[in-house]
Amino acid sequence: MSNFGYVAPTSVEETLAVLQRATDQGQRTQILAGGTDVIVQFRSFDNSHRLFVDIKSLKETNDVRIENEHIFIGAAIPSGVLNENAELKTLFPGLLEAADLIGSTQIQGRASIGGNLCNSSPAGDTIPALIVNAALCVIATNEGTRTVPTENFVTGVGRNCLAAHEFLLGFQIPRPSAGTGDAYLRFIPRTEMDIAVAGTAVSLTLNHDGICERARVSIGAVAPTPLLVSSAAEALVGTTADEDALQQAAQACSDAAQPITDKRGTVEYRRKVVGVLCRRAGAIAKDRALSNRNCE
Amino acid sequence: MAEAANFKAIGTRPIRPDGVEKVTGRANFGADLNLPDMLHGKVLRSPHAHARIKRIDLTKAQAMEGVYAAISSADFPQEVTLSLSKNILARDKALYHGHALAAVAARTPRIAEEALERIEVEYEVLPPVLILDDAMQEKSTLVSEDLRTNDDESSPPSNIAATQRFERGDVTQGFAEADVIVQEEFRVPSAHQGYIEPHACVATSNPGGRVTIWCTTQGPFEVRSATAGVLNKTVSDIKVIPSEIGGGFGGKTVVYLEPVAVRLSELTGKPVKMVMNREEVFRATGPASATLCKIKVGAKKDGRITAATAWLAYEAGAFPGSPVGPGCMSVFAPYDIDNFLVEGYDVLVNKPKVAAYRAPGAPQSMHAMECAIDELAQKLDMDPIDLRLKNAAKEGTVAPYGPKFPPIGLVECLEAAKRHPNYVNKPSEEVGRGVAVGFWFNIGMQSSAEVTIAEDGAVSIMEGSPDIGGSRASMCLMAAETLGVPYETINAHVGDTESTGFCNLTGGSRTTFATGLAVVKACEDVIAQCKARAAMTWELDVEQVAWRDGQAVPKPGVNIDVDPLSLADIAKTMSRTGGPLLGRASLNAQGAGACFSVNWTDVTIDRETGKVDVKAFTAIQDAGRAIHPSYVEGQMQGGAVQGLGWALNEEYIYDENGVVENASFLDYRVPVASDMPMIDCEIVEVPNPSHPYGVRGVGETPIVAPLAATSNAVRDLLGFRINDLPLSPPNVLAAIDEAD
Ligand SMILES: Cc1cc2nc3c(=O)[nH]c(=O)nc-3n(C[C@H](O)[C@H](O)[C@H](O)COP(=O)(O)OP(=O)(O)OC[C@H]3O[C@@H](n4cnc5c(N)ncnc54)[C@H](O)[C@@H]3O)c2cc1C
Repeated sequence: MSNFGYVAPTSVEETLAVLQRATDQGQRTQILAGGTDVIVQFRSFDNSHRLFVDIKSLKETNDVRIENEHIFIGAAIPSGVLNENAELKTLFPGLLEAADLIGSTQIQGRASIGGNLCNSSPAGDTIPALIVNAALCVIATNEGTRTVPTENFVTGVGRNCLAAHEFLLGFQIPRPSAGTGDAYLRFIPRTEMDIAVAGTAVSLTLNHDGICERARVSIGAVAPTPLLVSSAAEALVGTTADEDALQQAAQACSDAAQPITDKRGTVEYRRKVVGVLCRRAGAIAKDRALSNRNCE
Repeated sequence: MAEAANFKAIGTRPIRPDGVEKVTGRANFGADLNLPDMLHGKVLRSPHAHARIKRIDLTKAQAMEGVYAAISSADFPQEVTLSLSKNILARDKALYHGHALAAVAARTPRIAEEALERIEVEYEVLPPVLILDDAMQEKSTLVSEDLRTNDDESSPPSNIAATQRFERGDVTQGFAEADVIVQEEFRVPSAHQGYIEPHACVATSNPGGRVTIWCTTQGPFEVRSATAGVLNKTVSDIKVIPSEIGGGFGGKTVVYLEPVAVRLSELTGKPVKMVMNREEVFRATGPASATLCKIKVGAKKDGRITAATAWLAYEAGAFPGSPVGPGCMSVFAPYDIDNFLVEGYDVLVNKPKVAAYRAPGAPQSMHAMECAIDELAQKLDMDPIDLRLKNAAKEGTVAPYGPKFPPIGLVECLEAAKRHPNYVNKPSEEVGRGVAVGFWFNIGMQSSAEVTIAEDGAVSIMEGSPDIGGSRASMCLMAAETLGVPYETINAHVGDTESTGFCNLTGGSRTTFATGLAVVKACEDVIAQCKARAAMTWELDVEQVAWRDGQAVPKPGVNIDVDPLSLADIAKTMSRTGGPLLGRASLNAQGAGACFSVNWTDVTIDRETGKVDVKAFTAIQDAGRAIHPSYVEGQMQGGAVQGLGWALNEEYIYDENGVVENASFLDYRVPVASDMPMIDCEIVEVPNPSHPYGVRGVGETPIVAPLAATSNAVRDLLGFRINDLPLSPPNVLAAIDEAD
């Protein structure tokens, strides 16, 4: 495995300069965060020459800022570290649970949510959870930062909207209003160390009468990219997110799914299970929303 | 229970001699050896499941900087026509996707890989034969154009390599007497052994034609004979040194790389190392056969079985030799049946040649039979254990495969199951429970052992059985018991093919039985010599000396006043009493003693996703005598988990061209630890009269019953049966939806 170069810049500016220079010279670059996708892929099927640009030690990509309006989460923070942050856990239990599903304890010592998103697999577990929390991707560019809603970030299987000279700094997520709860569930045939056959994230906000005022539903592993399913959200808004409403949302997820049959599941199976997960994740999100109604 | 009162060492649970090295990462496994000036070998594999090879051009690879040799089957003795030869490097046809076609040796693994890309192969792609049912059709494409069933030259070529048939009594009459009849068909997919350590070896040839091979294997002597066969050498040209082994389960009883590495070493004059990656292991090494089994069983109202038939078809892969024979012989083994008929078919398909996997052949056929027995119990409204007790084979029963059973422990296991708190506590409404019986013949075969005593009295055992499941510890325990010395003073070593006497492979659950027998006899040889030395010291007749608690003592009634002489005492003076103490034994062990088990699985099912969760699993098994109960339990637990994996999620997913789509542990889903409950074990001991301590092999039986036990548990919960494995979420959900 000597077929690569490696640099670990110490600032955002230097990182951008390295990326720009290499791109200008026609050299392939690849950002390295935890490496749990990169190294596996490099060793197993694509080992063409490249320059690895390691961003996991940058201050910005490791930042967590919990402010009144927004919460910023650095792209390179390992899931294991995120899950030790009690405040984040209270704010976004579903997102942190999604990060906690990745691999094993060992993998979570490295695996980041930025890497999970930028790997842009249809089955990336944290992507639907980022989408339902309306996370904005904060991207470092030569002209400063630009932001992209997570649901628009992934453009195809393994493809996203980053240019070769850009990289992801982190996520800016609006502070959830009172009465909000999120949840993410995936289906795998085992208990861990597997890739989602289907996944669904739900975030909803209930008012004091228990009526759903805002909902976001996102599904993964059932289309070329994770999808924001607005029809599922519409089925919930204005209801108490009761069983009927959750069943409607589930049906909307099954309808929105565009799955394929592959070694991990059939079209019919995935369509069905993604709905089941919506109903179950919706019920968890509702419980969380109910218990969050009074804590402002 | 396992801890027998009158033994000092046997039945205890000390730390294994090789434990520290293994847990600290110091032990050397197959890929750990590096020699100076060593080259790295890599294999080019067929991208087609079935293709005629029209031309292989190695010249561009050979011309590459850093490449020392590139070879194909043309570089091997052509007069050798073993299917093994054709499996390690294809000759005229590539017979499965991943079939080895050529190999190179280069300075680095990377150069070797690049060289593979420069090898030019011209194919005539042929349609692959992928499904058992298709392969058995008369008009099927042929995997091998000159194969005739049972070598019968008068019949047309066929994919059916062999058939078997045996029967007893009159099945027509038997079914006529039956009050209830169950008739079902079952499919079991191929499953890989899933050993953690991929195949690996280093070979070096010395001028003059002698060869040394270091490799990971269950049988160094079998590697020697197989390699000699392929290379047309004699066995004594080859020395095989086994490394520690990271699992085999039957899959490391055959060779893939070794003859190729030897040939590359001969051509280059340098040591050559070859290591498979996981993908190669999945694509090109033997899994267990996929099967179709049709069972019919009839019984009287009281549960007595009146007749049974089995029709069993096993995929052999690309070359003849599936374990359909043992599949046929085991299918009815637990039962005393007067009228039966068994038919078996060994069928070629364009898939890797199957290899042994724990109790080869039995899990598939016994899955079918044990599911049928469960159906019978449902129809008769009988407890599944009572139904089995009613028909259970016992001492004196003539086994369906011929011999009369000596003492066996099936009834004892069934009775232990009925008493077991896990069985007495009936599962709740949401939990399904399924019972099944497991069986394996076990084998004896040849073993040797030498026991040497150091000047300080320490005992060293040299044996030829690679230690896969803790057998060194068992050898030390049997030696401790026999010699009467502490376990801690004994060590056991696995020799190579030139440092110890001939020994068959670690397989067939034979090691603790047969090599153990050799160790016991070698210890008895040491004792005889010690008694002679003591007699000499005391100026007595040998007949007047006894060996008790690790010491030579005058026999009761011998009138002499001396202190006993311990093994250490005798060792201290051995240079003066006749020289080194060395005990030896070599034998062909008879009377391995069949091993039976009873298992039950408790499951829940998520009816919306089809996911089956194993909530509890209990294994009861007759060990004859548990020398080291923890390692017996280890075999029971490991086998149970492999059986549960086979039942639940393991399968090869082929595309229509015969390419395996899930050649990795990510998508070939063996259970992970958190999928499994604690496997509860109870060891039953019905001693085997053919072993001084009563040992039966225990390594293979554990994988047999979990398949049917799990199917039966799912049947119990759903109220209808899913006949085919695996009981994976998509399959279970589809069955639930269809039933609704
Ligand atoms: C054993 C194992 C189990 C796994 N289980 C799961 C699982 O259950 N669920 C799941 O979703 N994934 C799983 N994965 C995949 C992987 O761990 C996750 O996708 C992880 O989140 C990737 O994070 P990373 O920091 O390691 O990314 P890396 O491997 O470093 O990078 C991943 C990709 O993103 C790019 N990238 C990373 N950071 C940035 C950035 N800041 N800006 C621009 N591009 C960037 C890289 O160039 C690369 O293309 C598993 C992997 C392994 C090896």
